[in-house]
Amino acid sequence: MQIDPFAVKDCALIAVATGEHVVTLRELKDKLGTIPTSCIYYHFWGGLLRPRFDDPLYQNDFAIWTWRGIHDKTLAERLAVIDPKGFKDLEELRRELIEVIEERLDENELLSWVIPSQRFHFVRSQIVVFDTGKRFSTIEELSEYIPHMSRGVIFYHLIDARRRTPLGRNDFTEWLMGYGEEHQELAMRIAGIDPYFTTLSELRNELHQVFSVYLRERRGRS
Amino acid sequence: MTLLEQYAQIVGEDVIHHLELLAANLQGMKVVHVNSTREGGGVAEILHWLIPLKRELGIDAQWEVISGTDAFFSFTKLMHNGLQGKRVELHPGHLAEYERVNEMNAESLRKTLEEADLVFIHDPQPAALLQFIPNRRGKWIWRCHIDASRPFRPVWKFLRTFVEPYSASIWSLSEFAQPLPHPLYLVAPSIDPLSEKNIELDPDELSAMHYKWGLDPERPIITQVSRFDRFKDPIGVIRAYRMVREFSPIQLVLAGGGAADDPEGEEMIRRVKENAGTDEDVHVLLLPSDDHRTINAFQRISDIVIQKSTREGFGLTVTEAMWKSKPVIGGDTGGIRLQVVDHHTGFLVTSPEGAALRIRYLLKHRDQLKEMGEKGHNFVLENFLVTRHLREYLTLMHAVMFETRERIETW
Repeated sequence: MQIDPFAVKDCALIAVATGEHVVTLRELKDKLGTIPTSCIYYHFWGGLLRPRFDDPLYQNDFAIWTWRGIHDKTLAERLAVIDPKGFKDLEELRRELIEVIEERLDENELLSWVIPSQRFHFVRSQIVVFDTGKRFSTIEELSEYIPHMSRGVIFYHLIDARRRTPLGRNDFTEWLMGYGEEHQELAMRIAGIDPYFTTLSELRNELHQVFSVYLRERRGRS
Repeated sequence: MTLLEQYAQIVGEDVIHHLELLAANLQGMKVVHVNSTREGGGVAEILHWLIPLKRELGIDAQWEVISGTDAFFSFTKLMHNGLQGKRVELHPGHLAEYERVNEMNAESLRKTLEEADLVFIHDPQPAALLQFIPNRRGKWIWRCHIDASRPFRPVWKFLRTFVEPYSASIWSLSEFAQPLPHPLYLVAPSIDPLSEKNIELDPDELSAMHYKWGLDPERPIITQVSRFDRFKDPIGVIRAYRMVREFSPIQLVLAGGGAADDPEGEEMIRRVKENAGTDEDVHVLLLPSDDHRTINAFQRISDIVIQKSTREGFGLTVTEAMWKSKPVIGGDTGGIRLQVVDHHTGFLVTSPEGAALRIRYLLKHRDQLKEMGEKGHNFVLENFLVTRHLREYLTLMHAVMFETRERIETW
């Protein structure tokens, strides 16, 4: 069976302010019900490709604002632990966010009245995808190239892919599954990489490690 | 060596290659940037590196500067202050002069602006050009470099009528953006590692600084570089210095530009000098605004850099200090929050007491001071150099050309 080579694409994000902002936690909860899902996507995943410290206190912007603006550590922790890839789609993620905030407002009515030290500004993004022209027909060649991949390449193939592929998987796994059972194990190992709670540089290292270990084991077996 | 090759030595080949790929679809595109001055000020600094880099990437970029009368520039200065929230008085004569000068410049730039694929108009001065170029064929983008988060409303109301018809606008932070009926792109500022302000300096040149400015090389130096205005809280910095002095023989440098045309600034300088008194270890230095090399050297010979603002735009002096591997103690406001990661690249503080506490902590824990400085340098390397700024410009050029779709595929 002829499988198309793996085509390496790169991407860049540009942030777009919506002009919408909220002051209080209750306003945040209300606004979360109406903002476009692209904002929710940006505030969960956009941090990976925009100026941000590699070791943030919390991974998503809602948790960071709750901590820095409202100073409610309990809610910040509950929001921070929400893993976006555990949800069927962004609408489901939106409902979870609202649910968690509502629960906390019920627990502590004072939080409705806290005036935070900073507003929460809703941002969305546009993604520009471009072809690097690189094509790889074997997993050995692809593995060798991984350390040279830009952060944009890693974002596109490991994170953005989840929105594009029918089963919500990454592009490497999708490509390898085309080989049937031959590389199924490697495909599953890559699918097992957790792209959240990390950085793109770390993801690149982890991906390279998974390829290297697999190739070493395969050489050992043959 | 080309400019791109010089930057590649700092940021790595992969970053430059990424830019080349991103620019591949923009080859030969006619792009015009328009502002109001060739020298001096942050906008001119940006255009000095942006235009040659775009050209090296195959984009037909050019830079035009509008000319104006004294009355025009007095009015646009009022507008600038008004956008930053100051109450100013607008007279009908001012408004007419603003439009007249823009119309006059539109006449001389008409051919260039009509033929451009993309026109970037920087800040309010040339914003009215668009209405005088009805036969424009390209997209026009308004770039606001000002913190307009809480503008004096009459000023914004006046300016808004000129910027609403643009295809898009660019703002430095989401907090600064005003609602407009087009996409509001966010592009944070950046620093140029090859400029006089940030270039590596010879150790001999740095040693000479101590002698020249009467500083003791054996004792710690704490520096704040900023204009003398109340939002930079120089008096709060002196208070913090005094609290630390009880425990450690530090020296304080407050270095900033003069403010001859700003009565409030002159008053602040007088108060700062009064507060410094006869203390020989407090150095209040009024430097010419283009003395970038001296500022660079002060940042490099400092142990800790302070930016204790109570209100701040982006705060590029913080970026500059971090690039020089200095931990920064910054006010918990504006763009400083984006750069000073509390306990990692420095400390965010809200009072002179907080600043004093963190200075003492860092002087006591020298290993942490060094580690934070290195983290700050790497943070700037990844996020706040001109190459990231350029990447975002190239990305938004695609985005604007392809309307407002969320996903743009360039093949």
